Amino acid sequence: MTATSPGLDQAGPEQGWFARQHIGLHTALIVLMVIWAIPTFGLFVNSFRPATEAFGTGWWSALFPPYNFTFENYAHVLGQSNIGTNFLNSLFISIPATVIPIFVAAFAAYAFSWMEFPGRNILFVVVVGLLVVPLQATLIPVLSLFASWGIAGTFLAVWLAHTAYGLPFAIYLLRNFMGSLPREVFESAAIDGASSVTSFFRLALPMSVPAIAALAIFQFLFVWNDLLVALIYISIVNPDNLPLTVSIAGLVTSQGAGTEFLGAAAFISMALPLIVFFGLQRFFVRGIVGGSVKG
Amino acid sequence: MATVTFDHVYKRFPGDVVAVNDLNLQVADGEFLVLVGPSGCGKTTALRCVAGLETISDGELSIGDQVVNDVAPKDRDIAMVFQSYALYPHMSVYDNMAFGLKLRKMSKTDIDARVREAAGILGLDRYLDRKPKALSGGQRQRVALGRAIVREPKVFLMDEPLSNLDAKLRVQTRAEIARIHRRLGTTIVYVTHDQVEAMTMGDRIAVMKDGLLQQIGTPEELYTHPANLFVAGFIGSPAMNFVTVTTAGGELMMGETKLSLGGEPARVAAAQTPGKNLTIGFRPEHLVLANGSDGQAMRFPAVVDVVEYLGNEELIHARAEGNDIVALLPSDRKVKAGDNVELAVPLDRLFVFDPETEKALVS
Repeated sequence: MTATSPGLDQAGPEQGWFARQHIGLHTALIVLMVIWAIPTFGLFVNSFRPATEAFGTGWWSALFPPYNFTFENYAHVLGQSNIGTNFLNSLFISIPATVIPIFVAAFAAYAFSWMEFPGRNILFVVVVGLLVVPLQATLIPVLSLFASWGIAGTFLAVWLAHTAYGLPFAIYLLRNFMGSLPREVFESAAIDGASSVTSFFRLALPMSVPAIAALAIFQFLFVWNDLLVALIYISIVNPDNLPLTVSIAGLVTSQGAGTEFLGAAAFISMALPLIVFFGLQRFFVRGIVGGSVKG
Repeated sequence: MATVTFDHVYKRFPGDVVAVNDLNLQVADGEFLVLVGPSGCGKTTALRCVAGLETISDGELSIGDQVVNDVAPKDRDIAMVFQSYALYPHMSVYDNMAFGLKLRKMSKTDIDARVREAAGILGLDRYLDRKPKALSGGQRQRVALGRAIVREPKVFLMDEPLSNLDAKLRVQTRAEIARIHRRLGTTIVYVTHDQVEAMTMGDRIAVMKDGLLQQIGTPEELYTHPANLFVAGFIGSPAMNFVTVTTAGGELMMGETKLSLGGEPARVAAAQTPGKNLTIGFRPEHLVLANGSDGQAMRFPAVVDVVEYLGNEELIHARAEGNDIVALLPSDRKVKAGDNVELAVPLDRLFVFDPETEKALVS
C-alpha cells in the first residue's frame, strides 16, 4: 500500500486506496451492466417501430430524427383474442408451480438438515444427483405417463412437472441454508417442548425466509418464462390452457411472418416478472449471500 | 426441584470415543454443581445427556425419582442455557421467553405474569419488544437465562453461559446467576472450563478429564485436598508448582539440593523404596522468602527469572534445580530478576504425589 493518491488530498493513503478500488469496481459494474442491457434496450426500442423500419435499419437509428414510433405492435399483441386468457393461464401455472415445490423442498430440507433417519445422506446425494438429469430426456416418458393418468393437457400436469423439475435444486439450496442455522436453537426448542413439526413451522421456516424468497424468485421466473414444458404437456392436448409463452411463440408463422410483434409481446410478458423481481429484490440479494456468510 | 443422579453412565461416540466414562455422581436437590475440566473432557456431553440431547450408551440417569434414559428432552422438566444463547432470532424478547410456555398450553395471563416477573429479575423490562439482534451480548445472555427461569423447571442446565461475554460482564453475570440460584433454590448443573467460575459459583465442583470424574467436592476440599496431580494443577490460579524429587535413604533430593522435611510428608517419603521418584506440589501463594530459622518449612534455593508486578503482589518466576517455580509474594520485598533467593513452603502446605499413579499421597 503506497501513499500515491494525489487526487484525494482529504483522504489518507488507505482511504485513497479504497476509494480507487471502488471507482474501478463501479466502473466495471456499470460497463458490464450497459453491455448486458443494450440488447434489451434495443428490443424495447424496436417494439415501438413499424415492421418495415425495424427490419430495414438498426434499432439505434430510431433514436435520431425523423422519429417514427408506433403502438401498433402492442395493439396487435394485446388485440389477440386470447391474450388475457393466456396471461391468466400463465399466472395459474406459475403460482402453484412455485409454491408447491418450495413447500415440499422446505420439508425435505428440514428433514435432511435436522432429523436423524437411516439413509439420510445417501438419499440427499441421490436428490442432488437428479440435478444432472436433462429435462428434455424426461419429456416423452412423463407425457405418456400423464396421458395414461388422463391428466395430460391439464394444469395439474404442468404443476407436477415443474415441481419435479424444480425440487432437486430447491432442496439443495434450502438444505444448505437450513443446515447452517445454529443447532442450539433447535435443541433449545426441543427442550422448550417443540416437536419437529413445531420446530419446522415456528423456527426453521421463518429463519429461512431469505433463502425461500430467493428460491421463489428463481422458480417463478423459470416457470413464467418456460416454453418447453408447457408446449409439451399442454399445447399438444389442450390449447385452452396455453400460457403466454406458447401463445407468443405462436405469433410467428412457420414462414417467419409476424416477428415484429415479438418485441412487444416480450415486454408484455416481462412486466410481471419485473414486478416480482423488484418487489423481492431485497431478499434476492440477501438470499444469495445467506447460505454462505454467517449472520 | 430435584436431584440428578448419574449411575455408571457411559457415552460412547462412533469411532471408539468414550466421552463420558463410568460417571457416578449425585447432584443434591437445590445444589449448584459445577462440572469443570479442559475442553474435550466430557463435561458438556454429560450435561447434554441430562438434557436428553444425547442418549446415554450405558448406565442409568435419573432426575428426581424418575429414570430418564428414554425420556424426551421436553418431558424431563429441565431448562438449558447455551453458550451461544440460542435465542430465536425472529422473535421478540417477550416471545423468546414465552415460547416454551405457549407450547405447554399455559394461559395467556399466566404466561404474561411469568415473563414479566423473570424480566423484572433480570432487568429486561425495557427490552421485551426488541429482537435479539438489537441487544448486547450480556442482554442476550440474560434473555437466555430468562427463558430458562420462566419455565420453572426442576433443574437448570447451563453450558458455559458466560464464555461469550467480556471479562467485566462475566463477573456481573456470575453474581447474577448466583443470586438467581439463591432466590429460586433450583438445582443447577453448570458446565465451565474456567476454574475461577467453578470455585466462585459451585456448592460442589466435579472435575473431569478424558471422560473420567477426577474428584468431586466443595471448592475448599478441592483446593486443600486435591485427589491427584490433575486436580491439584487445575484448581487454583496461578497453578500449583510441581517438582520431581528422588528418595535416598530417608532423604529427599531435588537435584543436588537436600530437602529437609518433617511431619506427614517426611513419613510418606521415608516409606518409599529408595531411588523412587515423587512429585511434590506447592501453591505459588504458599511460597515465602525463607528467613533462615523456620524449621516447619521446606526450603530450597532458586534464581529469580522474571518478576511480574501486580500491585499488591508480585508474581516471581524462578528456576530451582531445573524446575520452573512460580511464587506469589507480597510486593514489598522488591526481588529483582537475577537475584539468588531461598524460598520456603510451610510443611502443612506441601502435597506429595506418586508420579506413576498420579494419586495424592499427602494432601
